[in-house]
Amino acid sequence: MPASLSLKIALSLLRARLGQTVVAAAGVTFGIAMFIALVSFMTGLNKLLDGLILNRIPHIRLYQEIKPSPVQPVDLSKKYRRHQNFIRSIKPRDRGREIRNSQLIMRAIQADPQVVDVAPKLVTQVFYTTGTIELGGVMDGIVPAAEENLFRLSDYVITGNLNDLTTVANSIIIGKGIADKMLVEPGDIIQVSTGMGQQALLKVVGIVQFGIAEIDNIQSYTALSTAQKIQGKPPAYITDIQVKLKDITQAPAIGLEYAKLFRLEAMDLQKANTQFETGSNIRSIISYAVGVTLLIVAGFGIYNILNMLIYEKMDAIAILKATGFSGRDVRFIFISLSLIIGIAGGILGLGLGYVLSVIINHIPFQIESLPTIQTYPVNFNPLYYFIGISFALITTYIAGFFPARKASKVDPVVIIRGK
Amino acid sequence: MDNIVLEAVSINKYFYDPVKFRVLSDISFKIEHGEFVSVAGKSGCGKSTLLYILSTMDTDYEGELYLHGEALHQKTANDLARIRNEKIGFVFQFHYLIEEFNVLKNVMLPGLKLAKHSRPELESRALNHLKRLDVADQALKMPHQLSGGQKQRVAIARAMINDPLVIMGDEPTGNLDKKNSDLVFAIFRELCQDKKQSLLIVTHDTDFALRTNRTIQMEDGKILS
Ligand SMILES: Nc1ncnc2c1ncn2[C@@H]1O[C@H](COP(=O)(O)OP(=O)(O)OP(=O)(O)O)[C@@H](O)[C@H]1O
Ligand SMILES: [Mg+2]
Repeated sequence: MPASLSLKIALSLLRARLGQTVVAAAGVTFGIAMFIALVSFMTGLNKLLDGLILNRIPHIRLYQEIKPSPVQPVDLSKKYRRHQNFIRSIKPRDRGREIRNSQLIMRAIQADPQVVDVAPKLVTQVFYTTGTIELGGVMDGIVPAAEENLFRLSDYVITGNLNDLTTVANSIIIGKGIADKMLVEPGDIIQVSTGMGQQALLKVVGIVQFGIAEIDNIQSYTALSTAQKIQGKPPAYITDIQVKLKDITQAPAIGLEYAKLFRLEAMDLQKANTQFETGSNIRSIISYAVGVTLLIVAGFGIYNILNMLIYEKMDAIAILKATGFSGRDVRFIFISLSLIIGIAGGILGLGLGYVLSVIINHIPFQIESLPTIQTYPVNFNPLYYFIGISFALITTYIAGFFPARKASKVDPVVIIRGK
Repeated sequence: MDNIVLEAVSINKYFYDPVKFRVLSDISFKIEHGEFVSVAGKSGCGKSTLLYILSTMDTDYEGELYLHGEALHQKTANDLARIRNEKIGFVFQFHYLIEEFNVLKNVMLPGLKLAKHSRPELESRALNHLKRLDVADQALKMPHQLSGGQKQRVAIARAMINDPLVIMGDEPTGNLDKKNSDLVFAIFRELCQDKKQSLLIVTHDTDFALRTNRTIQMEDGKILS
């Protein structure tokens, strides 16, 4: 049978029940629209929250750690090889947290095609002092351009300019929490003293806010050279090498490789952030579950309406069969009927879902701790639209399948006799 | 044998609900090409049951059935649907038209399914049939806007659309008044004479039966003559 014929028959049957058809399609529309709006919003929020943490963490961080020598002299003795040895005569020696040969290592990593960029960092424990107030904190000596490449740091600099760290000598950008507590603002001078006792007066050129109080209360940034100068260290002295990869999923493997190669410790993003993954997974699962439930409910609506339609159109089905339409043809007609509802409702649903997402995306959402966010975040990912329409088609197909099978089994003799 | 359109060989049928009951016993007969045959008999003797079997809609029977030499009793449901579409026209007592389609579309539907002719060709064929049956002016109306007699003529036009080997009718005039049933009879008569159309019509109406070429008399599921 030509497909156009069965489609035509399906459409005319639908026209006879226009009201209910519209209601059924509206169910699908609503289901898909909510699914899309919900998932887009939820994943947008997830991205935002994850970004809050993940953007600040390098894909791989290489550093030096103080740890005891794994091989003690007694282990070398043949006599005690099979014994449980607990004499540890070599104590850990503090070689500092310096990464040796840092220039070479950085150049080698930079040359790796899997790497987007590397940034050096010199982390120093410090006290910030103005007047009589003294606050503990961490001062990172950074190369502003590299840091910007890796972490978009300037997004979080709420007053002042990240580049001033390079242009203004002896400058510092301090966390919002520190600024608030010490009542300083750009232009003021604060005193920074290191754990080793070195002191320096630095000019505040900006304030940084990540939206996480524990960090905003202690973190400050200065130029790498300034940090080295304060501590009286040579220009190659750094404590961390931060690496950004092209493929984030490769972080653990590459981290391991670097650790072995350069004899450093490596911390990869995945290791540092397992808990965030689970949080966002749960949010995604909830939004998928709600969306899918809506679509299933819409599917039941279609099922009901088709069932009703079949009881109403028994005569038509009997005539079709008596005049030579096979059970397969009849089934095809009713499945097309269901799919017409699904496709029409689905496409409208995609539109409505998009509109809802845009509306959500325009609702103002400003909180103190998220300076870069003006409105609710929405993730406009075509994938969700694809999933939405696929699921709608699958649901309507299944909803149509059973009534269609029933229709295909209608015995025309029974109907004709019944008259 | 080429001249035999429809042949039934010892057809038996049983109903099992509520008790086993033999509706048709050893029904055998032949219809020749261009013959106008009626089936008559008391109410409940099994005429409709027989016709549903002959029209291939009912496949639950014993015996053999041949349409133009083609054995029907072994075919699958899909094959039977195709055969019904192409080779058998059916006219019901209640003028079963599809309410959602207009008259023209109703007539064209089996032709569209067969897809042997193009749509414009089918349309002109359908209009020709409607004209011959004197309902061409109703072509664009919906079924519910027609009288009973008109509907029955439309149903006949639909039965003819694919030039079937045989047209079957289950009391096609049973629901019509004298004037209309005479009209329908005249149409069948004419089809038989002009187009050598074979017809097998079940009827209560002895008057109707007497005017056909041949009458198959049934009683209690058996053929008397
Ligand atoms: N589905 C069924 N189950 C059981 N018995 C049936 C069924 N359909 C019909 N019968 C019985 O089979 C017999 C024949 O029925 P059928 O409809 O063929 O009669 P008919 O000759 O067409 O009668 P009428 O002239 O009144 O239409 C009747 O006795 C009827 O009660
Ligand atoms: Mg009957």
